[in-house]
Order: sequence, then structure tokens, then C-alpha cells
Amino acid sequence: MSFSVPPTLEAELDELATHYPQKRSASLMFLHAFQEHFGHVPREAVEWTARKLGLQPINVYELVTFYPMFRQQPVGKTHIKVCRTLSCALAGSAELREHFCQKLGLDSHKHTPQTTADGKFTVEFVECLASCGTAPVVMVNDDLLEKVTVTEADRVLASGKK
Amino acid sequence: MPEQFKMILKHADSAGYTPDMACYLRHGGYESLKKALATPARTLPDGKTQSPQEVVRDEVLKSGLRGRGGAGFSAGLKWSFVDRRSGKPIYLICNADESEPGTFKDRQIIYKDPHQLVEGMIISCWANDVKLAYIYIRGEMPNGAKLLNQALKDARANGFLGKNILGTGYDLEIYVHRGAGAYICGEETGLIESLEGKRAYPRIKPPYFPAVLGLYMCPTIVNNVETLCHVRHIVAMGSGEYAKLGTPNNTGTRIVSLSGDVQKPGYFEIEVGKVTIGQLIFDANFGGGLKPGRTLKAIIPGGSSSKVLKAGEVFKLNRKGADGQMTKVDVPLLDLPYDFDSLQGAGTMSGSGAIIVMDDTRSMVDSLANLSAFYAHESCGQCTPCREGALWLAKGLHRLEHGEGRKEDADYLTHIAQNIQGRTICAFGEAASWPVLSFVKKFRDEFEARGAADEAARASGAGPTPERKLAASPQP
Repeated sequence: MSFSVPPTLEAELDELATHYPQKRSASLMFLHAFQEHFGHVPREAVEWTARKLGLQPINVYELVTFYPMFRQQPVGKTHIKVCRTLSCALAGSAELREHFCQKLGLDSHKHTPQTTADGKFTVEFVECLASCGTAPVVMVNDDLLEKVTVTEADRVLASGKK
Repeated sequence: MPEQFKMILKHADSAGYTPDMACYLRHGGYESLKKALATPARTLPDGKTQSPQEVVRDEVLKSGLRGRGGAGFSAGLKWSFVDRRSGKPIYLICNADESEPGTFKDRQIIYKDPHQLVEGMIISCWANDVKLAYIYIRGEMPNGAKLLNQALKDARANGFLGKNILGTGYDLEIYVHRGAGAYICGEETGLIESLEGKRAYPRIKPPYFPAVLGLYMCPTIVNNVETLCHVRHIVAMGSGEYAKLGTPNNTGTRIVSLSGDVQKPGYFEIEVGKVTIGQLIFDANFGGGLKPGRTLKAIIPGGSSSKVLKAGEVFKLNRKGADGQMTKVDVPLLDLPYDFDSLQGAGTMSGSGAIIVMDDTRSMVDSLANLSAFYAHESCGQCTPCREGALWLAKGLHRLEHGEGRKEDADYLTHIAQNIQGRTICAFGEAASWPVLSFVKKFRDEFEARGAADEAARASGAGPTPERKLAASPQP
């Protein structure tokens, strides 16, 4: 697949760059925009961003490897992020993640994000999502689900299978 | 029975309250901004005059407002450090990178009442001659970023933001900048690096105090979401009235995030110091007590980086007697007023205002293992003691968690933690060490028993003990 930046996306990026007195500042927002558009940050997007902002590719690539939210590979259509940190763990988030993995045939002993073979789901353990009062919490794509029960988890899986 | 005192969250949870401009205006929105912009200059008793901006800055100082992000430093003093003579632009950044485990207060403001933050920010920017400001919101709040962008757009359309604000000739632009999942961006100099488009490696102070050498090496103010909202209320009621809220040196209200083993976890806005830790956990107005049949074991009082407090601890605090003399008084844990100074007196901190409660069913070893895994994951990797040490701590605890402990692990963990704290560029070194030092010190028997049991099991040839679980099964 050849890499190209559609005009609407480029216009969006050009506008973002105007928010900063120094262009380099826009790189994080560029990467977000690319990830939203492509589902991940392709190598070509890193190089494109570097050219656009007058940087070396490494200046952008080192952001992709530093910030946990950026990914270089595609993820499943339904991206399930289960909060791992203390308040959620006290409310059973490890077991909840295990449930997701079991139902999807993924190995819960692996700690890296895992994607099902059909590309429909990715299950990931993430650090505190700042909603500890409604633990356990899970992000499904951009949405936060609170006080997630097993029933709720199964609902997420059912709607993602469609 | 003490109650909540809702000022910041006065409307957020009321029925029919929506995060849009029309609703905010119906509830008195942007009236404080108008009041601030109309502030007259004043002449002080010594004959000096204060510009309108100086008057508002002075009000914030006199209000006693302390930063709600974690350090509890005087907001007015922080503003006073700004280098106003350099000729460089002054920037303001709202730290909305809420990510201290246990904390979920800024989320309430951003998602339910974003205009309150925007108004507080505009006033703060005007008072500090800021022309360009940013809201640095954590990447995991994409919908929050959209709400803020909408709020800013509506503020521009209504003349509260942009060129010539409300006809005063004052220009200001605010943009939303999204983080991407790194906890260290909550540290203000790390945040600044991140906003410059770099890895969030914190800067060393001195010389890089943001007030002098911040964003683009210009004077910069970094304030927490809740702190900026308070500015709006200080302007509305005046510093004198504001300072009557709370307790001396701990003025105003603050939103406490309560999570863990309580009946009713949630966020509660209180007058600072007017409610005790025991009331926050047990009163029906707040946490509603522990789950049936459980007893209190420990609390983490101010976000995961604060030192743990053990049930039954008694602290010696300074109290001013009726004769004005300071005396030492014994204060049991549950009677500790929830404020900055009392928690500091108890050897810990109120940090980001987040309490995590743990009852007698919880293992302190496994709880600490969970936290140390967090810090190992989040160390930015810049300073060797933290990059390596945080990982060693997590590995040592992982061993204890998985039946491979040793008797000397309690000492081993303490030794590593002691060699991280104070040896790093930013306070992350302390954040990673303090939980370990306090958990091991206060629950040493539990750590030693775990290590001894694992050694005994290995010696008897029973093989590794099965993995322990921190929690029971999730809700069906």
C-alpha cells in the first residue's frame, strides 16, 4: 500500500501547526491525527511529519517509541484497554482482563497488547485511566466504561463480533 | 455530621446541567471574567499603585490558594516568581494530565463543566499578561479534549477568547494539546518538554524553573485544572471571603477522590481541613464505611506516590493552644483533618487529594507490587537510579508476588528505594521510592513472612507457591 496524505488530513495538520510558535511542538498532535486516520502510525507518517516540521525522522520516531499510546502496528477494530493500576486491581481488573482474553482465545500471561487473528479485537493492560472511583474501568476505543462487570464485558465482545 | 461543600462542583452533577455555553451562561458563567477585566487599579497605603492585573494576582496570593495538583504550593507565590522583565512572552499551561493513580477529580470538571476551567484560565492568563496558553490533557481523555475544543470555540464566538476580549483590547489564544499516555507528563518540566514536541524528560531545577525558563525557554506558569477553577471563585467572592473557607493556611475547598475498599467510592468536595480521614471513609455523606465484616488495614492518603498510613497509627501534630502556644498533640489516623499541613505532619502528603482505602483482606505485598509495576512502567528513563531502580523494585516485588520471595527481600527493597530517592532530576524518584519505603516499614512482618514462607516451600521441595491474587473475581 502506498502512503499518501489526503488533502483533508493535510489541511487539518496545517491548521494544527499554526497553534504553536515553534513547529516541532505540533509533532505529538500530528501523530495523534495519523493514528486516528490510519489506525496506527506508519513509518512513512513519521518521515512525512519530520519533513513537514523541519525535523530529522529520529526526532519524531523517538516520540512513537516513548509515548505508550502510539503504535506502529494496526490493532483490532475493538480496542479494549483494561486499567491495571491499584484501585482497579482491587476491584478485579486482572480477572476482568483474563476474562476478555479467555473469551477471545488470547494468552493472558503475555503482557503486551494482543490482537485476535481475525483482527476484530485487541486486549491491552494499561496504567491508571483516572476513574478510580468507578473501578474497574475499561476503555473501548475512545469510550470509557465504568464499574465493568462480566456481563458488560460480554456485551462489549458481542457488539465487537458483529 | 460534616457535609460536602460544593463550589467547584456546584452545578456539575445537578440534573439537566450540560457542558455547553448556554447552560454555563445560565448559571452565571463568565461573570467572574467580566468582573476581573473591570478591576480598577488601586493605591496601596504606602502610596504605590497596583495595576488591575496586579490586584487580581494579589487577590490570589491573599486567598491562600494552594496548588491542587500535588505539591500544594501557594498558587499566588508561584505566579509571583514569573520573570516579567525579560521581555519574552509569558505562557500559561493548564496541567490536565491527570494520571496520579487514585485521582479522578479533574476528569469531573473537564467532562461536566469545561467552561469553568476555560473561564478560570482566561482570568489567570489576563492577570499574568499571557497571550498564548495551552491545556495539556492526557491522551486517554479523547472525548474530554473534544469537549474542551468545543468550549474554546464557543468562548471565541462569544468574545471571551481571541482578539480584543470583551472590548478590552486584550488578546488571548488557548489551544488543547493532547498527551499520549506517559505519566511523567504530569511533572511540569516534563510536560513542557512534551509540549515542545519532545520526549517528556524532566528538566533539572535550577536553572530550568518554569517561571523563568519554561516553554521555549520563556517564563511559564503551569497550574492544575482544579487550581485554575478556584481563581474564578476567588475573583467572584474576593480573597477575604474565600480565605474563610477551609482552615488557616489550608483555605478553600478541594475535591477528594476516594477509591478502593469503601461502600461508596467517589469524589467529594470539602472545605479543606473541615473533614477528617475517618469521616471521609466512614460517614454516610462520604465513603459510607467499609464492606460488611471488614476492618481497615491501610490508606494511601494523597495519590499512589504518597506514603501509606496504617490503621491505628497515632501522629504527633503541632496544634496552637488557646494561649497561642504550639504544643504537640496526639492525633489518631482517623481523626486527621484532611488538609495539606496535617497530612504533612503525619509524615505523608495530601498530594493530589486521592485516598485509596485497603481493608484487612488485602495483601500489602501484592498491593505494593501493583504500584511498583506502575512506576517501573512510567519511569521516563532519563536518570539511571530511577530507570534501573524502579525496575529492580518491581522485579523484587514480582518475585514475592509469585512465590519466589526471600527473607531478605524487605531489606533489599528498602536499600534500592533509598538509593533512588534524592538522586534523580525530578520527584518521580521519590514517587517510586516512598510507597516502597513506607509499605515495607509499616508492614515489615508481612513482607518477611511472605519471603520466609516461600523459602520454606522451596526447601521442602514443594515447588513454587501459586500466584497470589489481589482481588476476588470481578462482579458477575
